[in-house]
Amino acid sequence: MTGSNNTNKQDILLELHDIHMFFGKVCALSGVDLKVRKGEIHSVIGPNGAGKTVMMNIINGLYSPQRGNIFYKQQKINALRPFKRAKLGISRTFQKVEVFGGMTVLDNIRLGRHIHMTSGITGGSVYIGKTAREETEHRRFIEEKIIDLLEIESIRHKPVGMLPYGLQKRVELGRALALEPELLILDEPLAGLNLEEVEDMARFVLEINEDEQWKITCVLVEHDMGVVMDLSDRVFVLNFGNMIIDGTPEEVQNHPEVIKAYLGEEDMYATRR
Amino acid sequence: MQPGDKSIHNTHPYGIQITKDLTIPKLFFEKARQYGKGRVAMREKEFGIWQPITWHDYFENVKYLTLGLISLGLVDGDKVAMIGDNRPEGLWAEMAALCARGVGVWLFQDCLIDEVKYIIDHSDTKFLFGEGQEEVDKAISIFNECPKLEKIIWDDPKGLRGYDQDYLISFKEVQRLGRELENERPGLFEELIQKGHGDEVALLFYTSGTTSLPKGALLSHNNMLTMGQHLMAVDPCTPADDYVSYLPFAWIGEQMMSISCGLQVGYTINFPEEPETAQENIREIGPHVMFAPPRMYEQMTRTVQVKYLDATWIKRKCYELASKIGYHVADLKFQKKQIPAYWKFLNWLANIIIQKKIKDHLGLSRVRNAYTGGAAMGPDHFRFFHALGVNLKQIYGQTEVAGISVVHRSGDIKFDTVGHPIPETEIKIAEDGEILTQSPSVFLGYYKNPEATKEALKDGWLYSGDKGFIDDEGHLVVFDRTKDVFTLRDGKPFSPQYLETRLKFSPFVKDSWVIGDKRDYITAVICIDYAVTGKWADEKKLNYTSYQELSQMREVYDLVERQILKANKDLPEAARVVKFINLYKEFDADDDELTRTRKLRRGFVEKRYRDILEALYSTAEDVHIDTTIKYEDGREAHIVTDLHIRKVKEQE
Repeated sequence: MTGSNNTNKQDILLELHDIHMFFGKVCALSGVDLKVRKGEIHSVIGPNGAGKTVMMNIINGLYSPQRGNIFYKQQKINALRPFKRAKLGISRTFQKVEVFGGMTVLDNIRLGRHIHMTSGITGGSVYIGKTAREETEHRRFIEEKIIDLLEIESIRHKPVGMLPYGLQKRVELGRALALEPELLILDEPLAGLNLEEVEDMARFVLEINEDEQWKITCVLVEHDMGVVMDLSDRVFVLNFGNMIIDGTPEEVQNHPEVIKAYLGEEDMYATRR
Repeated sequence: MQPGDKSIHNTHPYGIQITKDLTIPKLFFEKARQYGKGRVAMREKEFGIWQPITWHDYFENVKYLTLGLISLGLVDGDKVAMIGDNRPEGLWAEMAALCARGVGVWLFQDCLIDEVKYIIDHSDTKFLFGEGQEEVDKAISIFNECPKLEKIIWDDPKGLRGYDQDYLISFKEVQRLGRELENERPGLFEELIQKGHGDEVALLFYTSGTTSLPKGALLSHNNMLTMGQHLMAVDPCTPADDYVSYLPFAWIGEQMMSISCGLQVGYTINFPEEPETAQENIREIGPHVMFAPPRMYEQMTRTVQVKYLDATWIKRKCYELASKIGYHVADLKFQKKQIPAYWKFLNWLANIIIQKKIKDHLGLSRVRNAYTGGAAMGPDHFRFFHALGVNLKQIYGQTEVAGISVVHRSGDIKFDTVGHPIPETEIKIAEDGEILTQSPSVFLGYYKNPEATKEALKDGWLYSGDKGFIDDEGHLVVFDRTKDVFTLRDGKPFSPQYLETRLKFSPFVKDSWVIGDKRDYITAVICIDYAVTGKWADEKKLNYTSYQELSQMREVYDLVERQILKANKDLPEAARVVKFINLYKEFDADDDELTRTRKLRRGFVEKRYRDILEALYSTAEDVHIDTTIKYEDGREAHIVTDLHIRKVKEQE
């Protein structure tokens, strides 16, 4: 959790290098650099419209930047489509939940296991031997690792559309985890949750980051400063497409420009504590 | 059987003689040897699957846990406290505490830190079993204030990675210590068990306390075992039966079913996956016997009533017809009249078409005996279950008799009574109407409270503090807590509890508080059920944003008024509710308004809502409320509102 920059190249899981992104003449990101180290929770903060979600979409492959490179494990992934990136181990959740409302919680999570399934259409239609075994193994993973972790036992067979928002967010996290990612992008996981749900979600994020069986590196976009400062190893501050600072929570909190940039932006300091 | 008739049921139906020498660990040892690997002692739903635990597994787990506790320094009579949801580990911990010759203390899982601190400190607890992070956090925050507390034991590692306090130890680690001790001193476990005597203290049970701080009742092994024996003599269970343990172990009723009866009969105890899945899991298991406080049955009734309101026209009509038949047959049974053959046939039909399905959804499809106790249940709820064909029985008991003393017998059920005493139990009514009990299960006294013991135990009789009488057929009728009984304006006594439970039959009313002792008229404070009333308001297209706003709507007042009018109908004039008010919040145990078993703490609410109380007995039409509510996490909310007082319409 040190603020030093002399990191080993091996440690860096994801790197954004000089990213430029334009929508028509609007410049959403102008020369952004980000280095996410393995095992850390790296937060990205900034006022509304700063370009945080654009940045996440670039990492995940929904957008491709006009200039700049994205490296994942030292491999340039600019040209890879989102599903290819998912196979590499990049998973995400969305600011507004993107779950399949008509499907059950279990089915939504199962969907995340899709890339780990090897049986083909023929195997699936007979459903014996290897396919059945595979299915059982995946179900076991979902039950023991995900449902148990997220405490959603009571809703596993409920259609997601009927659930309250806080639980939908959990299901979405569950689906992202089912991918067994190495890098997880959490786009405002706490937005719209009540205090208790925020506490639960923060607990889950810490758990997947620290626990031996997960050890997931997280990129966290969040407005709740209390949670960001508590959870993050590093914080990246973005303001209208430009980086202000990328440092430890202490450095960020004391940085004069950060304070200036947020002066009057009351809700940036808003925290539920 | 009349009170005092001690001669029957002296032999135990399961071939176990309860001697003074027998202890719970001895019986446990015996049963585990008898059943071994061949029989399932308990089941827990985990990861979506019911996982069986045989008597052998049960025994092994308890054995090494016991030895582990000894190795940590437990000596005779040390207190071991347990907190957490119902799960096998909780029961193992309790059994291990008893086997190690310690004393078990259970805490409600939702106890606030102050309550935990009070009980841990007062009971001189040395070891505390918590389930996971939540319980460990509570324990850590009080650790320094409870000097006697030595170790905190947890079993769910989730979230506990960064905890390095040296007084924290895992369940598995304790068992490992136990295995080491077993290697050093083989036979120690058996030795410990043989040492026990039935009169030794087994459990220290904190009563919920409607008036003051909780009192710790000391219960011996013999108290617990005779309790189980006598209840099972009335309604025998078989080892093939299933029981679902989902109510707090800190409630004596759950102890009675899981330990006192469970151990003697050897039925399978099933633990739900999570507290939230309990209802679903009960349905999966379909228990044969059930014991729950009235609020559980009230909740079931509410579920059915709400589902009925939601159902299609044809389903509603079928239900109405079936319940008409059900009620008629149930009433005939209550009156002990012969049921004519065609009514029997109709009832069979109603059962097949409707009632069976409803019972299945409530998890009652296989229930032979369902008991309710711990608080008063309204006659409407009671009749509701009998109309469904559920053999619901009232019991009367208290922590101080290790469970129950009076229960209905099958075929002799009256909804305004609690039935006859169980074997070897005598019930007597004192001159002032107080119910007195004498039985082998009467407790040893209160821990560190000789004054209270002296008040409760006189000449071998337990003074209950409840008022009641014995009716013509020898049934005990419990009127109310002595101090709660009202004197009406015509000088007659009246039980507020009776009226409160009647009001609660409406699915829209969650809690009610009836006022009117030595006053000119009766009034009521109502807490609406947010979910049910909210849904009703949605359908009526009424807008609201909070409980407070919903509770104050004119339409909701009308709704509650209709329920009050219904309840008023059968009451003498002086006992009718004249005015009522909808409270801006629900009663909550965290605010000390209810006990942990959800009984109203009358003295406390009278003080807390003095403004409301005064307004109800003045000419005012509104009460101005300006108050702060404290949340569990320490946050505060400021509430400013006007509560409307509604005068109930005159009865036509």
